[in-house]
Amino acid sequence: MSATTLPAPPRLALSSELMRISFRLLAVALLCVALSVASDAFANQANIMNVLRQSALLFFMASGLTLVVLTAGLDLSVGANIGLSACVAGTLMKSTGEPAYAVAAALGIGAAVGWLNGVLVAVLRIPSFIATYGMLWILHGLTYAYMAGSTVYGFPRGFRQFGNGFFLGVPIPVLVMLASLIALALFAGRTVWGQQIYAIGANPVAARLSGMPVRRRLMLVYTLSGLTAGLAALVFLARLNSAEADIGGSLTLPAIAAVLIGGTSLFGGVGTMFGTFVGTLLLTLVLNGMNLLQIDSRWQPLVTGVIIVAAVWIDIRTSGRKT
Amino acid sequence: MLDRTLPSQPALLARIPGVVVMLAVLNIGFAWASPGFLSLANLSNVLAQSSVLLILALPMTLVIMTEGLDLSIGAVLSLASVSLALVAVATGSLVLALIVGVAVGAACGAVNGWLVAWLRIPPFVATLGMFGVAQGLALAVSDGQSITGIPASVQAMYSGAMLGIPVPILLMLAAALAMHVLLYTTPFGTYVFALGGNREALAFAGISQRRILLCVYTLAGAMGGLAGLLLTARLNSGHPSAGIGMEFDAIAAVAVGGTSFERGNGWLPGTVLGVITIGVLRNGLNLIAIPSSLQVCCIGVLVILAFVFEAFSGVRRGEPR
Repeated sequence: MSATTLPAPPRLALSSELMRISFRLLAVALLCVALSVASDAFANQANIMNVLRQSALLFFMASGLTLVVLTAGLDLSVGANIGLSACVAGTLMKSTGEPAYAVAAALGIGAAVGWLNGVLVAVLRIPSFIATYGMLWILHGLTYAYMAGSTVYGFPRGFRQFGNGFFLGVPIPVLVMLASLIALALFAGRTVWGQQIYAIGANPVAARLSGMPVRRRLMLVYTLSGLTAGLAALVFLARLNSAEADIGGSLTLPAIAAVLIGGTSLFGGVGTMFGTFVGTLLLTLVLNGMNLLQIDSRWQPLVTGVIIVAAVWIDIRTSGRKT
Repeated sequence: MLDRTLPSQPALLARIPGVVVMLAVLNIGFAWASPGFLSLANLSNVLAQSSVLLILALPMTLVIMTEGLDLSIGAVLSLASVSLALVAVATGSLVLALIVGVAVGAACGAVNGWLVAWLRIPPFVATLGMFGVAQGLALAVSDGQSITGIPASVQAMYSGAMLGIPVPILLMLAAALAMHVLLYTTPFGTYVFALGGNREALAFAGISQRRILLCVYTLAGAMGGLAGLLLTARLNSGHPSAGIGMEFDAIAAVAVGGTSFERGNGWLPGTVLGVITIGVLRNGLNLIAIPSSLQVCCIGVLVILAFVFEAFSGVRRGEPR
């Protein structure tokens, strides 16, 4: 076979990836048009900023999760991780009045929990969805025991800027989101470590046989997922200006949904950070639209659940993958 | 050949100590720490409180044996609980409540089975989606409120007694016996073993994998509905978040009981012991005044220990990753 008959995989992958993303951008645009027709409240500046701010919170969770899903794993503990990080950071900040401690606590706890997940999955080889599910309940229990039913609220004004403030007319969390989007997209797409993450997800055996440090990369991926959960906890604290034990429980399903509708395959090796960004926007728009159309928020878990299953089904259908 | 009676000799040896030793250690520890633990009243209490969990954990064993998982069972239990509570309050009839609870559960389970078997969606995703759907429906049906005024006939399902034995204990014995017969003596049971261990054999025998999977998930849902009835009777109300987290206890009981998550090597008596282990753990921690939030932590640690134990005992011989 001559070299010229070989396909050129990078370009092919790029164009199909572009197709996947542009379909989703089209969906975002259509949804925006439909919502501005259906509700007068949608297309004003305050609501758009609100949507962007909401999606920032979701994106922080979903971005770390994307890396995990790229390795064909799943992190069910992100919501519970946010709960614990936010509660500890909140009480620390309240007792010391010092936001720096809160930032250190949230990021530290988040990353430590992620590292533990990494140990369970990469070293002890427990299937990721079981290990992180066990971790979910451990964190949940710790958070409830730590808070003992109380709520902390009223954080320093400077810290709350992190959730509510504006810089040059753009909400600060949105700026942080864009910065981390660029950083993580470059990490996943343009570094050797990032490419190794794709390779591990696509074919773990081949990755190991070609000498990649599979265990260390998996540890890194779960730790990063915990770290971004800690970041999300900070944004959450700053925006709500309060923390209680059940803070993170309802956040896991939307984060998983955002990753999956962003086109990242649950079977590993396929997906981009930008896709997750678009998926985050899509899901936030759906949930925002439900609010504006005055659909009871009790239906939100149902809609999110259906979206998750539908996204995976489409993934299976379009990739022709046999499971 | 299908080995459906008991796991192979070394696997059995590796397992029995695991759960039995754990149970013995817990019993000795709690008996030492709390004098009330070994009383007959308390032990009967442990069994009665384990009834809901056992009814969930038995079919969960079958689901896990097919290399699946059901994360939705707690939310399905909640949905069944509020639905049957509404019916029971409106009609006062135990039979109608039972039918509605089991039917709602079976319907959710059937959707799970369809998603897994026909659409080939990985079980933990399909049931995670169902978790959201059932949770949303339970909140919507109940309007987010507890449903109270449960008629006495339904309450008797938990508080009543027959021949001096509490009804929930009778029910759980019946469920364990029925499931044991189903798994170890019927063709269906053989197919379930084959689904986890040897799918090709099933295909060569001309058996539809899809239908078996559908049956397994539907059974899990239906048992979830039955557990919903028991829990409603016990709490004397239907609540939309009553079952949240129950799926974790059920998965924990199966894992502690020594059923393998990767090769479909199931062991029903192990699950019964696993349920009792979790019941003893919760009861004992209650007696020494550990809050329920930390009890959940202990169960999480127990699950992870069970996996670590399994990994080191050589039961699992999965490829290196």
